[in-house]
Amino acid sequence: MFRVEIAKALRRRRTWMLALAIASVPVIMVVAFKLSPPSVPASADAPPFLAEIGRNGLFAALAGLAIVQPVLLSVAAGLVSGDAIAGEAQAGTLRYLLVRPVGRSRLVVAKYASGMAMLGALVVVTIVVGLVAGAMAFELGPLPTLSGTTLDMTDAIGRIIAAGLYMTVVLSGVVSIGMLISARTDNAAGATVAAVVITIVSQILDQIGSLRALHPFLPTHGWRGFTGLFRFPIDWAPMQDGVRVSLAYTCVFMALAVLSFRRRDVMS
Amino acid sequence: MSSVLAARGLTKRYGSFTAVHPLDLAVEQGEIYGFIGPNGAGKTTTIRMVLGLISPTAGSIEMFGEPLGPDRGALRRVGALVEEPAFWPYLSGRRNLEYLARAGGRTDDTRSRLRRIEEVLGTVGLAGVADRKVKAFSQGMRQRLGIAQALLGAPELLVLDEPTNGLDPTGMREVRSLVRGLADGGLSVLVSSHLLGEVESICDRVGVMAGGRLVAQGTPLALRGPSDRIVLDVGDVQRAIQLLAGLRGVEIVGDPAGTRLTLAIDGLSAADVNAAMVLGGVDVHAMIPVAASLDDAFHDLVKDDDVPR
Repeated sequence: MFRVEIAKALRRRRTWMLALAIASVPVIMVVAFKLSPPSVPASADAPPFLAEIGRNGLFAALAGLAIVQPVLLSVAAGLVSGDAIAGEAQAGTLRYLLVRPVGRSRLVVAKYASGMAMLGALVVVTIVVGLVAGAMAFELGPLPTLSGTTLDMTDAIGRIIAAGLYMTVVLSGVVSIGMLISARTDNAAGATVAAVVITIVSQILDQIGSLRALHPFLPTHGWRGFTGLFRFPIDWAPMQDGVRVSLAYTCVFMALAVLSFRRRDVMS
Repeated sequence: MSSVLAARGLTKRYGSFTAVHPLDLAVEQGEIYGFIGPNGAGKTTTIRMVLGLISPTAGSIEMFGEPLGPDRGALRRVGALVEEPAFWPYLSGRRNLEYLARAGGRTDDTRSRLRRIEEVLGTVGLAGVADRKVKAFSQGMRQRLGIAQALLGAPELLVLDEPTNGLDPTGMREVRSLVRGLADGGLSVLVSSHLLGEVESICDRVGVMAGGRLVAQGTPLALRGPSDRIVLDVGDVQRAIQLLAGLRGVEIVGDPAGTRLTLAIDGLSAADVNAAMVLGGVDVHAMIPVAASLDDAFHDLVKDDDVPR
Protein backbone atom coordinates (compact mmCIF):
# COMPACT_ATOMS: atom_id res chain seq x y z
CA MET A 1 0.00 0.00 0.00
CA PHE A 2 2.88 2.34 0.88
CA ARG A 3 4.54 1.69 -2.48
CA VAL A 4 1.26 2.22 -4.32
CA GLU A 5 0.84 5.57 -2.58
CA ILE A 6 4.34 6.70 -3.52
CA ALA A 7 3.87 5.56 -7.12
CA LYS A 8 0.54 7.42 -7.32
CA ALA A 9 2.07 10.59 -5.89
CA LEU A 10 4.93 10.49 -8.38
CA ARG A 11 2.47 10.37 -11.26
CA ARG A 12 0.61 13.44 -10.10
CA ARG A 13 1.49 16.78 -11.56
CA ARG A 14 0.71 18.36 -8.20
CA THR A 15 3.66 16.60 -6.56
CA TRP A 16 6.08 17.92 -9.14
CA MET A 17 4.70 21.46 -8.96
CA LEU A 18 5.25 21.40 -5.22
CA ALA A 19 8.80 20.08 -5.63
CA LEU A 20 9.46 22.75 -8.24
CA ALA A 21 8.14 25.51 -5.96
CA ILE A 22 10.32 24.30 -3.12
CA ALA A 23 13.39 23.88 -5.34
CA SER A 24 12.98 27.39 -6.64
CA VAL A 25 13.46 28.93 -3.19
CA PRO A 26 17.22 28.34 -2.76
CA VAL A 27 17.75 29.09 -6.46
CA ILE A 28 15.94 32.44 -6.31
CA MET A 29 17.84 33.34 -3.15
CA VAL A 30 21.20 32.54 -4.67
CA VAL A 31 20.42 34.43 -7.87
CA ALA A 32 19.17 37.45 -5.95
CA PHE A 33 22.26 37.57 -3.72
CA LYS A 34 24.54 37.11 -6.70
CA LEU A 35 22.93 39.99 -8.59
CA SER A 36 22.76 42.40 -5.67
CA PRO A 37 24.95 41.37 -2.75
CA PRO A 38 23.64 42.78 0.52
CA SER A 39 25.89 45.70 1.45
CA VAL A 40 24.45 46.27 4.88
CA PRO A 41 23.77 43.55 7.44
CA ALA A 42 20.26 42.18 6.96
CA SER A 43 17.67 43.50 9.32
CA ALA A 44 17.02 41.63 12.53
CA ASP A 45 13.71 40.15 11.44
CA ALA A 46 15.18 38.50 8.33
CA PRO A 47 15.33 34.71 8.56
CA PRO A 48 18.58 33.56 10.14
CA PHE A 49 21.36 32.62 7.73
CA LEU A 50 19.88 34.62 4.86
CA ALA A 51 22.43 37.40 5.07
CA GLU A 52 25.29 34.95 5.11
CA ILE A 53 24.77 33.48 1.65
CA GLY A 54 26.98 36.04 -0.01
CA ARG A 55 29.95 34.74 1.89
CA ASN A 56 29.45 30.96 1.65
CA GLY A 57 27.42 28.79 -0.69
CA LEU A 58 26.68 26.32 2.11
CA PHE A 59 24.33 28.87 3.53
CA ALA A 60 22.05 28.56 0.51
CA ALA A 61 20.99 25.07 1.55
CA LEU A 62 20.55 26.04 5.16
CA ALA A 63 18.71 29.28 4.41
CA GLY A 64 16.59 27.38 1.89
CA LEU A 65 15.47 25.04 4.67
CA ALA A 66 14.83 27.96 7.03
CA ILE A 67 12.63 29.76 4.49
CA VAL A 68 10.82 26.69 3.19
CA GLN A 69 9.82 25.40 6.63
CA PRO A 70 7.25 27.93 7.88
CA VAL A 71 5.29 28.29 4.63
CA LEU A 72 5.90 25.86 1.77
CA LEU A 73 6.67 22.87 3.94
CA SER A 74 3.66 23.68 6.14
CA VAL A 75 1.43 23.81 3.07
CA ALA A 76 2.91 20.54 1.82
CA ALA A 77 2.29 18.89 5.20
CA GLY A 78 -1.33 20.07 5.15
CA LEU A 79 -1.74 18.83 1.61
CA VAL A 80 -0.32 15.33 2.03
CA SER A 81 -2.24 14.77 5.26
CA GLY A 82 -5.50 16.63 4.63
CA ASP A 83 -5.90 15.09 1.19
CA ALA A 84 -4.84 11.61 2.31
CA ILE A 85 -8.20 9.98 3.13
CA ALA A 86 -10.61 12.79 2.25
CA GLY A 87 -9.11 13.03 -1.24
CA GLU A 88 -9.84 9.37 -1.89
CA ALA A 89 -13.31 9.80 -0.41
CA GLN A 90 -14.05 12.79 -2.59
CA ALA A 91 -12.81 10.99 -5.72
CA GLY A 92 -14.88 7.92 -4.75
CA THR A 93 -11.82 5.69 -4.86
CA LEU A 94 -11.88 5.17 -1.10
CA ARG A 95 -14.70 2.63 -1.31
CA TYR A 96 -12.89 0.70 -4.02
CA LEU A 97 -9.75 0.53 -1.90
CA LEU A 98 -11.70 -0.62 1.15
CA VAL A 99 -13.62 -3.37 -0.65
CA ARG A 100 -10.44 -4.71 -2.20
CA PRO A 101 -10.10 -5.11 0.88
CA VAL A 102 -7.44 -2.79 2.22
CA GLY A 103 -7.58 -2.74 6.03
CA ARG A 104 -8.66 0.62 7.36
CA SER A 105 -5.83 0.94 9.88
CA ARG A 106 -3.39 -0.11 7.22
CA LEU A 107 -4.68 2.54 4.84
CA VAL A 108 -4.32 5.32 7.42
CA VAL A 109 -0.81 4.21 8.40
CA ALA A 110 0.28 3.80 4.75
CA LYS A 111 -1.05 7.26 3.93
CA TYR A 112 0.79 8.74 6.91
CA ALA A 113 4.04 6.96 6.01
CA SER A 114 3.91 7.91 2.35
CA GLY A 115 3.09 11.51 3.29
CA MET A 116 6.07 11.68 5.62
CA ALA A 117 8.27 10.16 2.91
CA MET A 118 7.07 12.82 0.47
CA LEU A 119 7.88 15.58 2.94
CA GLY A 120 11.30 14.06 3.57
CA ALA A 121 11.88 14.05 -0.18
CA LEU A 122 10.94 17.73 -0.39
CA VAL A 123 13.45 18.52 2.35
CA VAL A 124 16.11 16.57 0.43
CA VAL A 125 15.23 18.56 -2.70
CA THR A 126 15.75 21.80 -0.79
CA ILE A 127 19.14 20.72 0.54
CA VAL A 128 20.43 19.30 -2.74
CA VAL A 129 19.25 22.23 -4.86
CA GLY A 130 20.62 24.65 -2.25
CA LEU A 131 24.03 22.99 -2.20
CA VAL A 132 24.25 22.81 -5.98
CA ALA A 133 23.07 26.39 -6.53
CA GLY A 134 25.28 27.65 -3.70
CA ALA A 135 28.33 25.85 -5.04
CA MET A 136 27.75 27.20 -8.54
CA ALA A 137 27.33 30.80 -7.48
CA PHE A 138 29.63 31.08 -4.47
CA GLU A 139 32.51 29.30 -2.83
CA LEU A 140 31.73 26.44 -0.49
CA GLY A 141 33.83 26.76 2.59
CA PRO A 142 33.98 26.18 6.30
CA LEU A 143 30.79 27.36 7.96
CA PRO A 144 30.88 29.90 10.77
CA THR A 145 28.55 28.94 13.61
CA LEU A 146 26.22 31.29 15.42
CA SER A 147 28.58 31.05 18.37
CA GLY A 148 31.58 32.34 16.38
CA THR A 149 33.42 29.07 15.89
CA THR A 150 33.71 27.40 12.48
CA LEU A 151 32.75 23.99 11.15
CA ASP A 152 34.71 22.29 8.39
CA MET A 153 32.83 21.43 5.18
CA THR A 154 32.04 17.80 5.96
CA ASP A 155 30.85 18.64 9.43
CA ALA A 156 28.78 21.52 8.09
CA ILE A 157 27.09 19.44 5.41
CA GLY A 158 26.44 16.73 8.00
CA ARG A 159 24.71 19.26 10.22
CA ILE A 160 22.66 20.64 7.36
CA ILE A 161 21.43 17.12 6.67
CA ALA A 162 20.72 16.68 10.39
CA ALA A 163 18.73 19.93 10.31
CA GLY A 164 16.68 18.58 7.39
CA LEU A 165 16.09 15.32 9.21
CA TYR A 166 14.96 17.16 12.32
CA MET A 167 12.62 19.32 10.25
CA THR A 168 11.05 16.24 8.73
CA VAL A 169 10.63 14.45 12.05
CA VAL A 170 8.90 17.41 13.70
CA LEU A 171 6.43 17.62 10.79
CA SER A 172 4.97 14.34 12.03
CA GLY A 173 2.80 16.04 14.67
CA VAL A 174 0.92 18.31 12.28
CA VAL A 175 0.73 15.56 9.66
CA SER A 176 -1.02 13.37 12.26
CA ILE A 177 -3.49 16.15 13.05
CA GLY A 178 -4.16 16.44 9.31
CA MET A 179 -4.69 12.67 9.10
CA LEU A 180 -7.36 12.82 11.80
CA ILE A 181 -9.19 15.64 10.02
CA SER A 182 -8.87 13.81 6.72
CA ALA A 183 -10.21 10.57 8.18
CA ARG A 184 -13.34 12.34 9.36
CA THR A 185 -14.47 14.21 6.26
CA ASP A 186 -15.08 13.72 2.55
CA ASN A 187 -14.04 17.30 1.79
CA ALA A 188 -10.40 17.17 0.71
CA ALA A 189 -9.95 20.90 0.21
CA GLY A 190 -11.47 21.67 3.59
CA ALA A 191 -9.28 19.15 5.37
CA THR A 192 -6.17 20.48 3.63
CA VAL A 193 -6.95 24.10 4.47
CA ALA A 194 -7.73 23.19 8.08
CA ALA A 195 -4.42 21.34 8.46
CA VAL A 196 -2.45 24.20 6.88
CA VAL A 197 -4.19 26.80 9.05
CA ILE A 198 -3.49 24.81 12.23
CA THR A 199 0.18 24.50 11.28
CA ILE A 200 0.62 28.18 10.51
CA VAL A 201 -1.38 29.48 13.47
CA SER A 202 0.56 27.19 15.77
CA GLN A 203 3.84 28.59 14.47
CA ILE A 204 2.61 32.16 14.98
CA LEU A 205 1.47 31.43 18.53
CA ASP A 206 4.83 29.82 19.21
CA GLN A 207 6.47 33.17 18.39
CA ILE A 208 4.33 35.25 20.75
CA GLY A 209 6.30 35.65 23.95
CA SER A 210 3.34 36.42 26.18
CA LEU A 211 1.84 33.03 25.35
CA ARG A 212 4.89 31.23 26.71
CA ALA A 213 2.78 29.01 28.97
CA LEU A 214 1.03 27.67 25.88
CA HIS A 215 4.16 26.96 23.85
CA PRO A 216 5.01 23.45 25.10
CA PHE A 217 1.55 22.32 23.94
CA LEU A 218 1.74 23.64 20.39
CA PRO A 219 2.19 20.98 17.69
CA THR A 220 4.90 23.06 16.01
CA HIS A 221 6.74 23.84 19.23
CA GLY A 222 10.51 23.74 18.78
CA TRP A 223 10.34 23.76 14.97
CA ARG A 224 13.09 26.38 14.74
CA GLY A 225 15.23 24.38 17.16
CA PHE A 226 17.36 23.12 14.26
CA THR A 227 19.37 26.36 14.59
CA GLY A 228 20.83 24.80 17.74
CA LEU A 229 22.86 22.52 15.47
CA PHE A 230 24.86 25.55 14.36
CA ARG A 231 25.91 26.64 17.82
CA PHE A 232 28.95 25.56 19.76
CA PRO A 233 28.35 23.46 21.69
CA ILE A 234 25.19 22.17 19.99
CA ASP A 235 22.06 23.36 21.78
CA TRP A 236 19.99 20.17 22.01
CA ALA A 237 17.27 21.37 24.37
CA PRO A 238 14.89 23.00 21.81
CA MET A 239 15.22 20.00 19.51
CA GLN A 240 14.47 17.59 22.33
CA ASP A 241 11.34 19.63 23.06
CA GLY A 242 10.38 19.62 19.41
CA VAL A 243 10.77 15.87 18.98
CA ARG A 244 8.93 15.18 22.21
CA VAL A 245 5.97 17.38 21.26
CA SER A 246 5.85 15.99 17.72
CA LEU A 247 5.92 12.39 18.92
CA ALA A 248 3.22 13.06 21.50
CA TYR A 249 0.97 14.63 18.86
CA THR A 250 1.74 11.78 16.48
CA CYS A 251 0.80 9.08 18.99
CA VAL A 252 -2.42 10.75 20.09
CA PHE A 253 -3.67 11.95 16.72
CA MET A 254 -2.70 8.88 14.72
CA ALA A 255 -4.44 6.70 17.30
CA LEU A 256 -7.54 8.91 17.04
CA ALA A 257 -7.33 8.89 13.24
CA VAL A 258 -7.15 5.09 13.07
CA LEU A 259 -9.91 4.56 15.65
CA SER A 260 -12.18 7.12 14.11
CA PHE A 261 -11.66 5.83 10.58
CA ARG A 262 -12.26 2.23 11.63
CA ARG A 263 -15.64 3.13 13.09
CA ARG A 264 -16.73 5.43 10.35
CA ASP A 265 -19.47 4.66 7.86
CA VAL A 266 -18.07 5.24 4.40
CA MET A 267 -20.85 6.97 2.49
CA SER A 268 -18.68 8.48 -0.24
CA MET B 1 -27.38 -25.06 -2.98
CA SER B 2 -25.20 -23.09 -0.64
CA SER B 3 -25.38 -19.38 -0.04
CA VAL B 4 -22.37 -17.31 -1.02
CA LEU B 5 -23.91 -14.43 0.84
CA ALA B 6 -26.39 -14.61 3.68
CA ALA B 7 -27.47 -11.60 5.70
CA ARG B 8 -29.73 -12.05 8.70
CA GLY B 9 -31.60 -9.30 10.46
CA LEU B 10 -29.43 -6.72 8.77
CA THR B 11 -30.48 -3.30 10.10
CA LYS B 12 -29.25 0.26 9.78
CA ARG B 13 -30.57 3.09 11.88
CA TYR B 14 -29.41 6.69 11.90
CA GLY B 15 -30.72 8.09 15.14
CA SER B 16 -34.47 7.69 14.98
CA PHE B 17 -34.48 7.14 11.24
CA THR B 18 -34.35 3.54 10.07
CA ALA B 19 -32.73 3.32 6.66
CA VAL B 20 -32.88 -0.46 6.51
CA HIS B 21 -35.37 -2.45 8.57
CA PRO B 22 -34.26 -5.93 9.67
CA LEU B 23 -33.70 -7.76 6.43
CA ASP B 24 -32.77 -11.29 5.44
CA LEU B 25 -31.02 -11.69 2.16
CA ALA B 26 -29.37 -14.68 0.56
CA VAL B 27 -27.51 -15.04 -2.72
CA GLU B 28 -27.12 -18.65 -3.76
CA GLN B 29 -24.14 -20.14 -5.54
CA GLY B 30 -24.24 -19.36 -9.28
CA GLU B 31 -27.38 -17.26 -9.34
CA ILE B 32 -28.04 -13.68 -10.33
CA TYR B 33 -29.96 -12.01 -7.55
CA GLY B 34 -31.64 -8.78 -8.55
CA PHE B 35 -32.12 -6.15 -5.93
CA ILE B 36 -34.70 -3.67 -7.10
CA GLY B 37 -36.47 -0.72 -5.67
CA PRO B 38 -36.78 3.01 -6.20
CA ASN B 39 -33.90 5.31 -5.37
CA GLY B 40 -33.74 5.81 -1.63
CA ALA B 41 -35.28 2.44 -0.84
CA GLY B 42 -32.17 1.34 1.06
CA LYS B 43 -30.53 -0.78 -1.62
CA THR B 44 -27.22 1.02 -1.56
CA THR B 45 -27.14 1.15 2.24
CA THR B 46 -27.70 -2.60 2.29
CA ILE B 47 -24.99 -3.21 -0.29
CA ARG B 48 -22.57 -0.99 1.62
CA MET B 49 -23.26 -2.98 4.79
CA VAL B 50 -22.60 -6.21 2.93
CA LEU B 51 -19.29 -4.80 1.68
CA GLY B 52 -18.23 -3.58 5.10
CA LEU B 53 -18.30 0.10 4.18
CA ILE B 54 -21.11 0.83 6.62
CA SER B 55 -21.40 -0.97 9.91
CA PRO B 56 -24.86 -2.45 10.52
CA THR B 57 -26.76 -1.36 13.62
CA ALA B 58 -27.77 -5.00 14.04
CA GLY B 59 -27.66 -8.27 12.18
CA SER B 60 -25.06 -10.61 10.81
CA ILE B 61 -23.46 -11.25 7.45
CA GLU B 62 -22.03 -14.54 6.27
CA MET B 63 -19.93 -14.83 3.16
CA PHE B 64 -19.03 -18.20 1.68
CA GLY B 65 -20.40 -19.85 4.79
CA GLU B 66 -18.33 -17.88 7.30
CA PRO B 67 -19.13 -14.78 9.30
CA LEU B 68 -17.69 -11.61 7.82
CA GLY B 69 -15.07 -10.72 10.41
CA PRO B 70 -13.85 -7.25 11.31
CA ASP B 71 -10.92 -7.64 8.90
CA ARG B 72 -13.41 -8.33 6.06
CA GLY B 73 -10.98 -10.90 4.69
CA ALA B 74 -13.73 -12.65 2.73
CA LEU B 75 -14.00 -9.57 0.54
CA ARG B 76 -10.94 -10.74 -1.36
CA ARG B 77 -13.27 -13.23 -3.03
CA VAL B 78 -15.74 -10.48 -3.91
CA GLY B 79 -15.68 -7.97 -6.74
CA ALA B 80 -17.76 -4.84 -6.38
CA LEU B 81 -19.05 -1.85 -8.24
CA VAL B 82 -20.63 0.51 -5.72
CA GLU B 83 -22.76 3.25 -7.28
CA GLU B 84 -20.69 4.86 -10.00
CA PRO B 85 -17.17 3.66 -10.72
CA ALA B 86 -14.39 5.89 -9.42
CA PHE B 87 -10.77 6.10 -10.47
CA TRP B 88 -7.68 8.20 -10.09
CA PRO B 89 -8.27 10.49 -13.05
CA TYR B 90 -4.61 11.38 -13.50
CA LEU B 91 -3.69 7.74 -14.15
CA SER B 92 -4.35 5.67 -17.25
CA GLY B 93 -7.01 2.97 -17.19
CA ARG B 94 -4.38 0.26 -17.08
CA ARG B 95 -2.47 1.92 -14.25
CA ASN B 96 -5.65 2.38 -12.25
CA LEU B 97 -6.14 -1.36 -12.41
CA GLU B 98 -2.48 -1.95 -11.60
CA TYR B 99 -2.61 0.15 -8.44
CA LEU B 100 -5.88 -1.40 -7.34
CA ALA B 101 -4.31 -4.81 -7.95
CA ARG B 102 -1.35 -3.89 -5.77
CA ALA B 103 -3.43 -2.33 -3.02
CA GLY B 104 -4.13 -4.57 -0.09
CA GLY B 105 -4.50 -8.27 0.12
CA ARG B 106 -1.86 -10.92 0.25
CA THR B 107 1.15 -11.10 -2.03
CA ASP B 108 -0.15 -14.08 -4.00
CA ASP B 109 -3.45 -12.23 -4.49
CA THR B 110 -1.56 -9.25 -5.82
CA ARG B 111 0.39 -11.38 -8.29
CA SER B 112 -2.67 -13.12 -9.66
CA ARG B 113 -4.52 -9.81 -9.90
CA LEU B 114 -1.66 -8.23 -11.82
CA ARG B 115 -1.69 -11.17 -14.22
CA ARG B 116 -5.40 -10.71 -14.82
CA ILE B 117 -5.27 -7.06 -15.87
CA GLU B 118 -5.05 -7.73 -19.62
CA GLU B 119 -7.68 -10.44 -19.39
CA VAL B 120 -10.27 -8.26 -17.65
CA LEU B 121 -9.54 -5.33 -19.97
CA GLY B 122 -10.29 -7.74 -22.83
CA THR B 123 -13.44 -9.01 -21.16
CA VAL B 124 -14.91 -5.49 -20.99
CA GLY B 125 -13.52 -4.49 -24.38
CA LEU B 126 -11.11 -1.79 -23.25
CA ALA B 127 -7.81 -3.43 -24.19
CA GLY B 128 -7.11 -0.97 -26.98
CA VAL B 129 -7.73 2.25 -25.05
CA ALA B 130 -6.49 1.37 -21.57
CA ASP B 131 -3.43 3.60 -21.82
CA ARG B 132 -5.51 6.75 -22.00
CA LYS B 133 -5.93 8.70 -18.81
CA VAL B 134 -9.22 7.98 -17.13
CA LYS B 135 -10.18 11.65 -17.16
CA ALA B 136 -10.47 11.28 -20.95
CA PHE B 137 -12.77 8.24 -20.65
CA SER B 138 -16.42 8.42 -21.67
CA GLN B 139 -19.12 7.43 -19.20
CA GLY B 140 -19.51 4.05 -20.88
CA MET B 141 -15.77 3.39 -20.78
CA ARG B 142 -15.62 4.29 -17.10
CA GLN B 143 -18.49 1.93 -16.41
CA ARG B 144 -16.71 -0.87 -18.22
CA LEU B 145 -13.45 -0.13 -16.42
CA GLY B 146 -15.48 -0.30 -13.22
CA ILE B 147 -16.61 -3.80 -14.09
CA ALA B 148 -13.05 -4.72 -15.08
CA GLN B 149 -11.90 -3.51 -11.67
CA ALA B 150 -14.55 -5.66 -9.99
CA LEU B 151 -13.38 -8.73 -11.91
CA LEU B 152 -9.71 -8.17 -11.11
CA GLY B 153 -9.58 -10.47 -8.10
CA ALA B 154 -11.22 -13.41 -9.92
CA PRO B 155 -14.20 -13.02 -7.61
CA GLU B 156 -16.70 -15.73 -6.73
CA LEU B 157 -19.32 -13.13 -5.89
CA LEU B 158 -19.87 -10.00 -7.90
CA VAL B 159 -21.75 -7.12 -6.27
CA LEU B 160 -22.94 -4.60 -8.81
CA ASP B 161 -24.80 -1.53 -7.62
CA GLU B 162 -26.66 0.10 -10.52
CA PRO B 163 -24.20 -1.19 -13.12
CA THR B 164 -26.06 0.25 -16.11
CA ASN B 165 -26.47 3.75 -14.71
CA GLY B 166 -25.65 6.35 -17.29
CA LEU B 167 -25.30 3.86 -20.13
CA ASP B 168 -27.09 4.09 -23.46
CA PRO B 169 -29.36 1.20 -24.47
CA THR B 170 -26.52 -0.53 -26.33
CA GLY B 171 -24.25 -0.21 -23.33
CA MET B 172 -26.96 -1.58 -21.05
CA ARG B 173 -27.44 -4.57 -23.29
CA GLU B 174 -23.70 -5.17 -23.32
CA VAL B 175 -23.47 -5.04 -19.55
CA ARG B 176 -26.45 -7.36 -19.19
CA SER B 177 -25.02 -9.97 -21.52
CA LEU B 178 -21.62 -9.63 -19.85
CA VAL B 179 -23.15 -10.25 -16.43
CA ARG B 180 -25.26 -13.13 -17.74
CA GLY B 181 -22.18 -14.69 -19.32
CA LEU B 182 -20.21 -14.38 -16.08
CA ALA B 183 -23.00 -16.01 -14.11
CA ASP B 184 -23.21 -18.81 -16.65
CA GLY B 185 -19.52 -19.31 -15.94
CA GLY B 186 -20.36 -20.01 -12.29
CA LEU B 187 -20.07 -16.57 -10.74
CA SER B 188 -22.74 -15.50 -8.25
CA VAL B 189 -24.04 -11.98 -8.75
CA LEU B 190 -25.91 -9.49 -6.59
CA VAL B 191 -27.10 -6.71 -8.86
CA SER B 192 -29.16 -3.72 -7.81
CA SER B 193 -31.21 -1.54 -10.05
CA HIS B 194 -34.15 0.79 -10.16
CA LEU B 195 -34.68 -0.28 -13.76
CA LEU B 196 -36.92 -3.28 -13.78
CA GLY B 197 -36.46 -4.49 -17.32
CA GLU B 198 -32.87 -5.13 -16.48
CA VAL B 199 -33.68 -7.27 -13.50
CA GLU B 200 -36.46 -9.15 -15.22
CA SER B 201 -34.35 -10.25 -18.15
CA ILE B 202 -31.20 -11.49 -16.43
CA CYS B 203 -32.04 -12.39 -12.84
CA ASP B 204 -32.77 -15.79 -11.41
CA ARG B 205 -34.28 -14.28 -8.31
CA VAL B 206 -35.41 -10.83 -7.35
CA GLY B 207 -35.82 -8.99 -4.09
CA VAL B 208 -37.91 -5.84 -4.05
CA MET B 209 -36.99 -3.13 -1.59
CA ALA B 210 -39.18 -0.22 -0.63
CA GLY B 211 -38.96 2.18 2.26
CA GLY B 212 -36.05 0.32 3.80
CA ARG B 213 -37.86 -3.02 3.77
CA LEU B 214 -37.50 -6.08 1.60
CA VAL B 215 -41.16 -6.29 0.56
CA ALA B 216 -41.01 -9.27 -1.78
CA GLN B 217 -38.62 -11.94 -2.87
CA GLY B 218 -38.85 -14.65 -5.49
CA THR B 219 -38.31 -15.51 -9.13
CA PRO B 220 -39.31 -12.76 -11.57
CA LEU B 221 -42.11 -15.08 -12.70
CA ALA B 222 -43.48 -15.64 -9.22
CA LEU B 223 -43.34 -11.93 -8.42
CA ARG B 224 -45.54 -11.12 -11.37
CA GLY B 225 -48.37 -12.83 -9.56
CA PRO B 226 -51.03 -14.96 -11.21
CA SER B 227 -52.13 -13.74 -14.57
CA ASP B 228 -55.72 -12.50 -14.62
CA ARG B 229 -56.03 -12.01 -18.35
CA ILE B 230 -56.02 -14.48 -21.18
CA VAL B 231 -56.20 -14.19 -24.93
CA LEU B 232 -58.50 -16.73 -26.52
CA ASP B 233 -58.09 -17.70 -30.16
CA VAL B 234 -61.23 -19.49 -31.36
CA GLY B 235 -62.82 -20.84 -34.56
CA ASP B 236 -66.19 -19.08 -34.18
CA VAL B 237 -65.93 -15.72 -32.49
CA GLN B 238 -69.68 -14.92 -32.44
CA ARG B 239 -70.56 -18.26 -30.83
CA ALA B 240 -67.75 -17.81 -28.30
CA ILE B 241 -69.10 -14.40 -27.33
CA GLN B 242 -72.55 -15.87 -26.78
CA LEU B 243 -71.12 -18.65 -24.61
CA LEU B 244 -69.02 -16.27 -22.59
CA ALA B 245 -72.02 -14.07 -21.91
CA GLY B 246 -73.55 -17.01 -20.08
CA LEU B 247 -70.59 -17.47 -17.78
CA ARG B 248 -70.07 -15.77 -14.47
CA GLY B 249 -66.68 -14.35 -13.51
CA VAL B 250 -65.42 -13.62 -16.99
CA GLU B 251 -65.57 -10.52 -19.10
CA ILE B 252 -64.52 -9.63 -22.60
CA VAL B 253 -62.05 -6.77 -22.72
CA GLY B 254 -62.24 -4.48 -25.73
CA ASP B 255 -63.29 -5.57 -29.22
CA PRO B 256 -62.37 -8.91 -30.75
CA ALA B 257 -59.28 -8.79 -32.96
CA GLY B 258 -59.91 -11.22 -35.79
CA THR B 259 -60.38 -14.57 -34.13
CA ARG B 260 -58.93 -13.39 -30.85
CA LEU B 261 -60.71 -12.26 -27.72
CA THR B 262 -59.06 -10.79 -24.66
CA LEU B 263 -60.72 -11.93 -21.44
CA ALA B 264 -60.45 -10.69 -17.91
CA ILE B 265 -61.19 -13.59 -15.61
CA ASP B 266 -62.13 -13.21 -12.02
CA GLY B 267 -63.02 -16.30 -10.03
CA LEU B 268 -62.87 -18.68 -12.97
CA SER B 269 -59.80 -20.55 -14.13
CA ALA B 270 -58.60 -20.65 -17.71
CA ALA B 271 -59.53 -24.33 -17.67
CA ASP B 272 -63.18 -23.46 -16.86
CA VAL B 273 -63.30 -21.15 -19.86
CA ASN B 274 -61.76 -23.80 -22.05
CA ALA B 275 -64.28 -26.41 -20.91
CA ALA B 276 -67.20 -24.07 -21.63
CA MET B 277 -65.93 -23.44 -25.14
CA VAL B 278 -65.39 -27.10 -25.93
CA LEU B 279 -68.81 -28.10 -24.52
CA GLY B 280 -70.44 -25.35 -26.58
CA GLY B 281 -68.78 -26.69 -29.73
CA VAL B 282 -66.26 -23.89 -30.24
CA ASP B 283 -62.77 -24.84 -31.40
CA VAL B 284 -60.09 -23.35 -29.17
CA HIS B 285 -56.95 -22.75 -31.21
CA ALA B 286 -54.96 -21.09 -28.47
CA MET B 287 -55.24 -19.83 -24.97
CA ILE B 288 -52.51 -17.41 -23.97
CA PRO B 289 -52.08 -16.05 -20.44
CA VAL B 290 -51.13 -12.38 -20.58
CA ALA B 291 -48.29 -11.80 -18.21
CA ALA B 292 -48.78 -8.95 -15.85
CA SER B 293 -45.48 -7.15 -16.23
CA LEU B 294 -43.07 -7.09 -13.35
CA ASP B 295 -43.32 -3.35 -13.67
CA ASP B 296 -46.97 -3.52 -12.59
CA ALA B 297 -46.13 -5.86 -9.74
CA PHE B 298 -43.33 -3.58 -8.71
CA HIS B 299 -45.49 -0.50 -8.64
CA ASP B 300 -48.10 -2.35 -6.60
CA LEU B 301 -45.42 -3.30 -4.11
CA VAL B 302 -43.84 0.08 -3.71
CA LYS B 303 -46.76 2.41 -4.25
CA ASP B 304 -47.19 3.04 -0.54
CA ASP B 305 -43.55 3.92 -0.25
CA ASP B 306 -43.38 7.66 0.07
CA VAL B 307 -40.55 7.76 2.55
CA PRO B 308 -38.07 10.27 1.24
CA ARG B 309 -34.37 9.71 1.78
